[in-house]
Amino acid sequence: MAHEDDPLEHERASWQPSPGLAVAVTDPVQHDSLPPHRERMTDKDPAAMKRAVRTVYTLFYLSVAASIWAVAAYILFPIESGSLTDIRHNELFVGLGIAAALLAIGVGAIHWSKAVMSDKEFIEPRHATRGRDTTRDAAIQAFAEANEESGFGRRAMIRNSMIAAVVASIVPGITLFRGLAPEGSPADPHAGDPVYLLSHTMWKKGTRLVHDPTGAPIKAADIEIGSAVHVIPEGLMPDEVSNYLDEKAKAIVLLVRMPVDQLHPPKGKESWGYDGIVAFSKVCTHVGCPVALYEQQTHHLLCPCHQSQFDVSHGAEVLFGPAARPLPQLPIEVDAEGYLVAQSDFHEPVGPSFWERH
Amino acid sequence: MARDKKRRNSGRRSPLAAAVLIGVGLLLTGGVYAGASAAMAATNDTSTQHSSNLTAEDGKKLFQANCSTCHGLDLQGTENGPSLYGVGELAVEFQVSTGRMPLAAQGPQAQIKPAQFTEDQVRAMAAYVQSMAPGPTYPSAETVDGKGDVANGAELFRINCAMCHNVAGAGGALTEGKYAPALNQTSALHMYAAMVTGPQNMPVFSNTNLNLSEKRDIISYLLYLQQNKSPGGYGLGDLGPVSEGLFIWIFGIGTLIAVTVWITAKSN
Repeated sequence: MAHEDDPLEHERASWQPSPGLAVAVTDPVQHDSLPPHRERMTDKDPAAMKRAVRTVYTLFYLSVAASIWAVAAYILFPIESGSLTDIRHNELFVGLGIAAALLAIGVGAIHWSKAVMSDKEFIEPRHATRGRDTTRDAAIQAFAEANEESGFGRRAMIRNSMIAAVVASIVPGITLFRGLAPEGSPADPHAGDPVYLLSHTMWKKGTRLVHDPTGAPIKAADIEIGSAVHVIPEGLMPDEVSNYLDEKAKAIVLLVRMPVDQLHPPKGKESWGYDGIVAFSKVCTHVGCPVALYEQQTHHLLCPCHQSQFDVSHGAEVLFGPAARPLPQLPIEVDAEGYLVAQSDFHEPVGPSFWERH
Repeated sequence: MARDKKRRNSGRRSPLAAAVLIGVGLLLTGGVYAGASAAMAATNDTSTQHSSNLTAEDGKKLFQANCSTCHGLDLQGTENGPSLYGVGELAVEFQVSTGRMPLAAQGPQAQIKPAQFTEDQVRAMAAYVQSMAPGPTYPSAETVDGKGDVANGAELFRINCAMCHNVAGAGGALTEGKYAPALNQTSALHMYAAMVTGPQNMPVFSNTNLNLSEKRDIISYLLYLQQNKSPGGYGLGDLGPVSEGLFIWIFGIGTLIAVTVWITAKSN
């Protein structure tokens, strides 16, 4: 074997136990030699070795065949028709070829190393981490000479100004992060105020409730008992609002109607509904998933993300789950034409908590 | 004997033999069970006989014999069942044709089971309930023809239905044992009936909420899903991260562990 001459020979003389990390071992390893070598089938039986060798080169030839198949499949299954079935066949068969080719190389290589290559154990001594004393002295000497010749320690002005320059050069990069936070402008004074943005939605007094996504206004008389209607504020259309998705994410509302005797609004919110019709924010107060799994007989509203349950008949109070607050209610009334309109914006920020929420 | 001797001579059995044996056993059991249940389903398929047309009067007798224990002799309802005033003929069609009614047992939700009545009997009971207190009626053939705008139907389905029924119509769980059923077997008529009548805990989607053309689009989308195979291959029940995550954790990571064990094990 190749371990007869000792590559560490010249270092062994200076090997010493590490001075600071010594641990008193009461139960040192008793058997620090290798376990007895166990012969494999391929070592004992030449026929087995032959079989293993055959397996390995068969796998490598199989890999070649699979690569050829992948190229052939690319030609045999064209995707020019554009049909999904053709694309699927092309991807499937080319992919199978490539996967089989790579897998066969891997399996063959590992089988080669395990069954055919020598598996005799040997001990390779650990390299000493501590350098020889002469090496260490030479290094210290080199540093001292460099310091002396460059004047790095002596010419403090040059050294300090260089450190200042390096530190200052990082600052412009940090400054660029300011661009990530928008700033208010006379046209849009609240753009830089996330607390304001999280606390206000498109709803305001008199905004009509309309169907998502058609935008058709909703008459109170058209809502049957047991209905659930997905609602957006009037005017929230992709072409009309610049930050459409942000506004929609805050303003979405679920409107339901139940028999008036089953509705028990919380104190002070008795006039927020109309004849059994109530509207609640669809944004979960836990982490903001859309809550819309409404059960019309139990009046339970289930959030699909973390199973928070709200009771719509009792002001959307939390029945179960991680949500900490009821869903914010949108106060609604009916205008002169019989359409449902908002009395005001939500009285609290919709969605999950944030630091400045009071 | 000869075979035994040979095995002992070769003196080795792959460590994977046990795993392979269990796998083969599971596959066999599963295969036999799947075949048997398919055969059972085939024999249970009730062929509806078309007898003479029954009238609302016959429907009244059927209702009194089969439904009035819970729903009352005059549809007024009892402690065990709700009043049927105003539910309409379509509610009868939906509940009875899908086997949900008569209820097998009180529970969180009525279960789908083989229908207990012929189509004529269902129609007769529907006519009786409709004559007592009218409600939603059978739709026109056009509404359920499945030739609407599939893309618009898909958008409406995602907004109004997908949160419970799953975007691929595979169904999903609700609270306290209730669930939204899968829609991959539902007929167009029953999709329409469910929307307008709001069976059990499903909200009502009346024609003022989703109009007839929108309902037609939604039905077309669901029929399209039923008739077209997913181009992505096997969908694992279309249940999303639950079934897909389970698959990758068990089989994906399981394979990785098996390969790691094989790579690091000493050759025999």
